[in-house]
Amino acid sequence: MKYVEEFRDGAKARVLAKEIRRLAKIIDRPADRPIHIMEVCGGHTHSIFRYGIEGMLPESVELVHGPGCPVCVLPMGRVDDCVSIAEREGVIFATFGDAMRVPGSSKSLLQAKADGADVRMVYSPMDALAIARQRPDREVVFFGLGFETTMPSTALTILRAERLRVQNFSVFCNHITIVPTIKAILDSPDIRLDGFLGPGHVSMVIGVKPYEFVARFYRKPMVVAGFEPLDILQSIWMVMKQLAEGRCEIENQYGRVAPERGNDPALSAVGRVYELRAFFEWRGLGSIDHSGVRLREEYARFDAERRFAIPNLKIADPKSCQCGEVLKGAIKPWQCKVFGTACTPQTPLGALMVSSEGACAAYHQFGRFPKREAAE
Amino acid sequence: MSVAVPLFRTPRALGEVFTPKVTLAHGGGGKAMKDLIDDVFIRAFTTSAPAPLEDQARIGLCELTARGDRLAFTTDSFVVDPLFFPGGDIGKLAVCGTVNDLAVGGAVPLYLSCAAIVEEGVSVKLLRDIAASMAAMAAEAGVKIVTGDTKVVQRGGCDSLFLTTTGVGVIRAGINLGVEKARVGDAVLVNGVLGDHGATILCARGDMMLEAPITSDCACLHDLIASLLQAAPGVRFMRDATRGGVATVLNEIAEASHIALEIDEEATPIRAEVKGFCEILGLDPLYLANEGKIVVIAPPAEVEAALDAMRGHPLGRDACAIGRAIEDEPGRVTMRTILGGRRIVDMLVGEQLPRIC
Repeated sequence: MKYVEEFRDGAKARVLAKEIRRLAKIIDRPADRPIHIMEVCGGHTHSIFRYGIEGMLPESVELVHGPGCPVCVLPMGRVDDCVSIAEREGVIFATFGDAMRVPGSSKSLLQAKADGADVRMVYSPMDALAIARQRPDREVVFFGLGFETTMPSTALTILRAERLRVQNFSVFCNHITIVPTIKAILDSPDIRLDGFLGPGHVSMVIGVKPYEFVARFYRKPMVVAGFEPLDILQSIWMVMKQLAEGRCEIENQYGRVAPERGNDPALSAVGRVYELRAFFEWRGLGSIDHSGVRLREEYARFDAERRFAIPNLKIADPKSCQCGEVLKGAIKPWQCKVFGTACTPQTPLGALMVSSEGACAAYHQFGRFPKREAAE
Repeated sequence: MSVAVPLFRTPRALGEVFTPKVTLAHGGGGKAMKDLIDDVFIRAFTTSAPAPLEDQARIGLCELTARGDRLAFTTDSFVVDPLFFPGGDIGKLAVCGTVNDLAVGGAVPLYLSCAAIVEEGVSVKLLRDIAASMAAMAAEAGVKIVTGDTKVVQRGGCDSLFLTTTGVGVIRAGINLGVEKARVGDAVLVNGVLGDHGATILCARGDMMLEAPITSDCACLHDLIASLLQAAPGVRFMRDATRGGVATVLNEIAEASHIALEIDEEATPIRAEVKGFCEILGLDPLYLANEGKIVVIAPPAEVEAALDAMRGHPLGRDACAIGRAIEDEPGRVTMRTILGGRRIVDMLVGEQLPRIC
């Protein structure tokens, strides 16, 4: 595959891994205090496990798997709301595939489907709009989910629905924003992070500038990273280089996709359709100010929250579940009390066990190897 | 003088269906049903002059015992959507699937049954086409379809057409393949590129709006397997990597044999088109279904012979070794990634779901 396999070259990866090891020796650290680098994005987490990247890093460098899997951070109450909409008479509920298995307090969308709800897997909000146009007799609700990456496609779909005067289409908006989330993590007292791999796909939409506060106010280096293994290794190397040289800047490794200033048409569609919510509830992280968006008043008729009376209940995460601490990097997934026992991919308690991008599911599925063994 | 009255057994005239679509009447047990079975299935599957229909096929035991010392017996149901896809259709799949399930056990496939559950409203021509496809594949594979059943269900009772084929074959004395027989040091072989069928079906459903030049690998492997067993009689085990893909078969072997398996990502043959398709959807080709691929466990001394035998067959030209049985935690399957890292290749929990971003 052109433009993909170039970024999976084993020989180049070994050179980068060697350079990372060299830098790790230069950076002066007590042995019990490894360098913690958080990859914010779930796509990175997936690649890191998929290619066994952790095993290529030295003992003194640890990756912390951040909150950037939108499926994982969805609170149980919102899943219940989805189920309640999906189970209404006449509703077709359209969703991305990996949201279907997320457990609600009584059931997931997959279980609701088995119980008779018309839940359909789509690959784009445009597919949901197409269903609405084919079935004017039904109410089609799209489950809008994701960070700034997927926000523009939902916005553009709403604008198209407006242009086409589609009456039976709405969006259950659960889109979330990355900047307040990173800020909440940096403000949290129990974390010790040394640097970040910035989210590549989000940056493709919002650009690199919005992260400047990370360097300026929190004095942490961040490198916006692509998703191929060489992208990730090079970005780790760039963060390490900043640490070794005592710099903290926002650098862009993913320049081939993520522009410095963002994507104007996408941003303008986002600005037209959404407004910030005062706060949004996250699984494991609690409520974060301005971390979610909803549809503006002008688009209220496309807003499933306004269109249907939804329960909107807050449901506490299971007590034994330590997703929040894992998300903040305070503990490793396998240090969670219920990891692999009460909480497995078959019976996920916490959201991190649900999606393949969730850190716990990734550890459970792809495994954890002693660094020595993998570096051989 | 008594005159012997000749007993005339004229060939039975086959019934015909003149309506374009199957209705519930065709499942009612009366003349309409007989006509449908005659027109669609008997016409396609009968290789000699039509004889009176019995409720069972009768197979001479001598014929079976002459070929080996054990009967192999298997069944499989087919519910593919769409019914026709690039490289095959549900009929071809139903024959190949059962033939392969027999062949991977070392059996010579001989007879199949075919049970069809038809949704009311399905076109009779479609049924004829699928029966013709089954007949053609069966003829190619040297098996006979000797018994069957047809049911018609109300609209919504099934999705157009479900097929079940059951097969019997005979295993030659001395062949003893077993999923528990893999040993440390054995090689893991496959007979070609992986994931074609799964990717083709996902593509053919059309709801991804992706078009890729991929066709299903659907094929009967009994002939390839016969040459393989002749060239490498020490082969420990083989299984066709259908639903759940190669990853699932590897896990089954590792668990049953109490050994660990390691595969090399670099050595795993996957077509560029299938790779690209999986990239876009966030799927892993190791879990995609194949309908013409087997995983073979071969002892080190017979790896070359096994590979040569497979490569000498049209269905095994791209045969290669993808990994080996190693000393590690028993039951664990790992992959050495192209970067040199390692990861676990586990069984899937449910279905593979495309990722959001």
